[in-house]
Amino acid sequence: MTLLNVQNIETYYDRVYALRGVSMEIQEGGITAILGNNGAGKTTILNSIVALIDDQPEKGLIEFDGKTITNMSTEKIIRMGIGYVPEGRQVFNELTVLENIKTGAYTRKGRSEIEADIDKMFEYFPVLKERTKQQAGTLSGGEQQMLAIARALMSRPRLLMLDEPSLGLSPLLVKEVFEIIRQIHQDGTTILLVEQNAKKALEIADFGYILENGRFVASGTAGELKANDDVKEFYLGVKSESSVKGYQRYRRKRRWR
Amino acid sequence: MMDFSEIVTLIVRSVETGSIYALVGLAMGIIYKASEVPNFAQGEMATFSTFIAFMVLTVHGAPFYVAFVVSLLFAYILGIAFEFLCVRRAKNPTILSMIILTIGLQMVLYGLSGWVFGTEQRAFRLPFSQFETVEIGGVVISHLGLATIIASFVLMCLIYWFLEHTKTGLAMRASQQNSMAARINGISSNRVVNLSFGISSIVGAIAAMLFAPIITLSPDLMWDPLLKGFAAAVLGGFASLPGIVFGGYILALIENLFGLWFSLEYKSVVAMGIIVLVLYIKPSGLFSKHYQRKV
Repeated sequence: MTLLNVQNIETYYDRVYALRGVSMEIQEGGITAILGNNGAGKTTILNSIVALIDDQPEKGLIEFDGKTITNMSTEKIIRMGIGYVPEGRQVFNELTVLENIKTGAYTRKGRSEIEADIDKMFEYFPVLKERTKQQAGTLSGGEQQMLAIARALMSRPRLLMLDEPSLGLSPLLVKEVFEIIRQIHQDGTTILLVEQNAKKALEIADFGYILENGRFVASGTAGELKANDDVKEFYLGVKSESSVKGYQRYRRKRRWR
Repeated sequence: MMDFSEIVTLIVRSVETGSIYALVGLAMGIIYKASEVPNFAQGEMATFSTFIAFMVLTVHGAPFYVAFVVSLLFAYILGIAFEFLCVRRAKNPTILSMIILTIGLQMVLYGLSGWVFGTEQRAFRLPFSQFETVEIGGVVISHLGLATIIASFVLMCLIYWFLEHTKTGLAMRASQQNSMAARINGISSNRVVNLSFGISSIVGAIAAMLFAPIITLSPDLMWDPLLKGFAAAVLGGFASLPGIVFGGYILALIENLFGLWFSLEYKSVVAMGIIVLVLYIKPSGLFSKHYQRKV
């Protein structure tokens, strides 16, 4: 079943043409990855979906769970069941860890269920349990990332969108965070993952899109993408052509076909 | 030198006036934290609400608590209406343009209250007299002074409880810190700002009603307290509500000491001097913790 359906959206930042017609379908129960370089428009896709950019997307249609959400306010879209872990974590610096987690449950009712979910978050992230009373701004980058994920999960989203969860984390922490994402997926949440770290992302994703200059240039299952020569060359850093001396003789042209 | 009872009396007097400053400062601080705009219409909004209470008391002859509730209700509606009709409509607002907007509203309300209620000075009476006194531990304090201290203390506790222990309060604090992150958690920043204007208008109205019996009720009522409240907020640090409260008390104490040692006439200059001094030495105020501002 299609959970999120994005059809041909175009987004402008003033005169900057950031998304040039992006379409994708996200199936319920999968992990979908969007890969792309800096400035390709990855974050813009997510921000367009939750309507964080004023009066945008200019064109196109976004449906969540069969309902059009294109002209709805961010708060309403979030209430429909989308969790968003923004780029750069964006935790509430001066609130404590526990308060941060509680803000995530703002859209929900039922105190006992919320309490139960808070305990569940501490099972996912035992580090946070030791720091419930600490201000979130004093946490390390990895802990803040975990806190941001926990906060987004507190609304019990059907779709969790993560924007560069590996940003600024040590390789060991990246591994840990991806392990948690896999765990969350197994517990029944559909995941949309935006990443620069293509290798890691394709390891856990089952479907992927490659974004360049505001357009999807390739898509396919993780296996297909890993086998694609262009993806290998430009995203996974696998060199196929090299001279005897070990350096590349010519630059491969991106063809995407 | 002063003897002990004089010092205690001085402190109690300072707490008494400081409570008013603190409340006015708090009212401004609540809006500032939500929208980064110091609301200069605060004083006139409060004056207008006090006029409503006065009208209910005298024209309709209602008992005091009715007038009190009606006036607070009016204050709340005035606050949210101001936000909804003026502040939210501003197109591409900068902080400066918002400040000018509040000053504009201040003038409108000032003119309006003079037009509707008349500019003459009226006696606004609370059930607590400012001439009857009680003596607590050697300190003589008027009923009104005692009521002021108690009422403002209760109100501060209520605000604290609301911000720290309710879901809406948490949402407000979250939205103040990072409105984007608040929105992606389903918190409507518009609603938070709206509510802040309502609450702050109520706080301001209570301050005005406690202050009105001391001088007389006229459209000029809140000129002086607004300046003092603003100075208190600057002194304590606009970003920290407890800081604003302490700022109010400290300002009143400094003023009283100035009046005692130097000149009673120029007491009001102190507040201005403090604003300048604080902006010169520590612009963030005495008590505000410095975190990275929201981007």
